[in-house]
Amino acid sequence: MSAMTTRTPAPPRARHGRRSTTLIIGLVLVGVIVLLAGVSLLWLPYAPSDTAGGRLEGPSWAHWLGTDKLGRDLMTQVMIGARIALATGAGAVAVGAVIGVAIGLAAAFAAPWLDDTISAALDVVIAFPVLLLAMLIVAAQGASLGTAILAIGLAMSAIVARLTRILTKRVLGEQYVVAARTSGTSWPGVIRQHILPNIWPTLSVNLALQFGIAVLAEASLSYLGLGAPPPNASWGRLLQEAQATVTTAPVGAIAPGIAVVMLVLGVNFIADGLRERADPTRRRS
Amino acid sequence: MLLYLLRRTAFLIVSFLVAMTVLFVLLRLLPGDPSNALLSVNATQEQIDAARQQVGADRPLGEQFTAWFGGVLTLDLGSSFVSSLPVGPEIASRLQVTVPLTLLAFLLALVLALVAGVVSALRADRWYGVVLSGLSQLGIAVPVFWVGILLVSVFAVTLRLFPSGGFPRDDWADPGAALTSLALPVITIAIVMSASITRYVRSATLDVLGSDYLRSARAQGAGFGEALLRHGARNAAVPVVAILGIELATTFLGAVVVESVFSLPGLGSMLLTAIQQHDYPNIQGILLVSTLVVLLTGFLADVVQRLIDPRLRTSISGNGLR
Repeated sequence: MSAMTTRTPAPPRARHGRRSTTLIIGLVLVGVIVLLAGVSLLWLPYAPSDTAGGRLEGPSWAHWLGTDKLGRDLMTQVMIGARIALATGAGAVAVGAVIGVAIGLAAAFAAPWLDDTISAALDVVIAFPVLLLAMLIVAAQGASLGTAILAIGLAMSAIVARLTRILTKRVLGEQYVVAARTSGTSWPGVIRQHILPNIWPTLSVNLALQFGIAVLAEASLSYLGLGAPPPNASWGRLLQEAQATVTTAPVGAIAPGIAVVMLVLGVNFIADGLRERADPTRRRS
Repeated sequence: MLLYLLRRTAFLIVSFLVAMTVLFVLLRLLPGDPSNALLSVNATQEQIDAARQQVGADRPLGEQFTAWFGGVLTLDLGSSFVSSLPVGPEIASRLQVTVPLTLLAFLLALVLALVAGVVSALRADRWYGVVLSGLSQLGIAVPVFWVGILLVSVFAVTLRLFPSGGFPRDDWADPGAALTSLALPVITIAIVMSASITRYVRSATLDVLGSDYLRSARAQGAGFGEALLRHGARNAAVPVVAILGIELATTFLGAVVVESVFSLPGLGSMLLTAIQQHDYPNIQGILLVSTLVVLLTGFLADVVQRLIDPRLRTSISGNGLR
């Protein structure tokens, strides 16, 4: 049965409906994680620090994903991890979007020499992988969830700024901006009425992709012990703890990884779906 | 081209100087004090003062900055707070692990990505084209350390084909042993890196396949393979090379994380220890070397891109650097 499902080619007819299919798969994947996080706010199978279960138990009705080496319920930990992953993604994207859009708009409106300077500085920052910048800031500020979110968001803001700048310049060259200016609309008015609505479709796709990158970066940081400190069960830290017992209790080293993949794959699919919706002529991947 | 090289080199030097300054400022803005690394929790004021003097934290910031700047220019990165060993030679010995790991992984990723990207674009309507494209979607969503954990459990613990971690004590004295211990880490990084490169290769190939010049070449009687190689490869290479610089930098960083999975004594594990021990000279030195690597790869990618595409050489308008 499994061989059947993996080998079945994508039906040719699916191509027409593919736009919505990608978006729907993405929404379902992300929806599952959001549901886990939402439920965890109201109800958890066990208390997070409840070590009453046996150590390294396999999956059972009492413990759906088994228990970790201290006897804590893994389903509980993964649900809390969902909360942390979503908070990181949303927080980092918020930080990155606010700072990035502000810098990008400023560069687009600035005098040419200032614009060039900002662009060159952004190019340098962008050349650095998000994780290295995050490690640098964590090294300076100490490990905590807030620091991780801030660090990832700041690294992201450079990419958002460069994109915002390019998109804004394109809009600024449009006739309707000239028309709006001649009819007396102020620059803030133009930004609100013309620039932001016009750059949003492309920007939102990029922000969705950045959300996934932020989730991966946080997982790496907490795997390295530079993310949220111990009482918080980040997926990265769960994987780090389960690594030593991967053969005796494989579920613990697999489930949090699948959760990461579901969330990141989900937001990437949503980004693809949004892109195809925003620009039907460019249908790729 | 010469003018471009000069401008690009000037940009390289300026950005390195800026990065050095930023590094210094960021690491001095810390809430803690550099001397903390040397002290136990209940140190007396005299001990704190002595420690501050020892690491130079009692001197004015300007003086510390010139000392660090001058040190870098003379290739002296200072000494570790914790072990008192000079930072430069320690980094050099760690690079014996990290550089081969990065380059091997990058090459393997590139080969995998070229094959997977071109095949998935040429055969987008076949099942294996779809599967390859799906795998690359999956690959960019997977945390690199998780791939490492899974590979270790299968190939090292269960099948016992490779060591699960570590590196020979005598480094490259026995190349075979060194390569064996790098095998799984290399594969781990290559799997993840090839996924994102595949997407660029695939998209560049699709662009070429839909291009007018390819159709013209075919109309003039060139075979499909010939037209693709002679006209397509060079055109498709331009956008791919543009991102390879960043991908190589990302591979270097992937190495930092993966070293931790396989307990390899590379730059990554050195950085991690340094961060945990608040060993600022080490952190500074490692980040400086990483910065240099990132900036140099960006430089190379830009120059190679211009060598491939003559159109880029003549345009130095706009911001002129990219």
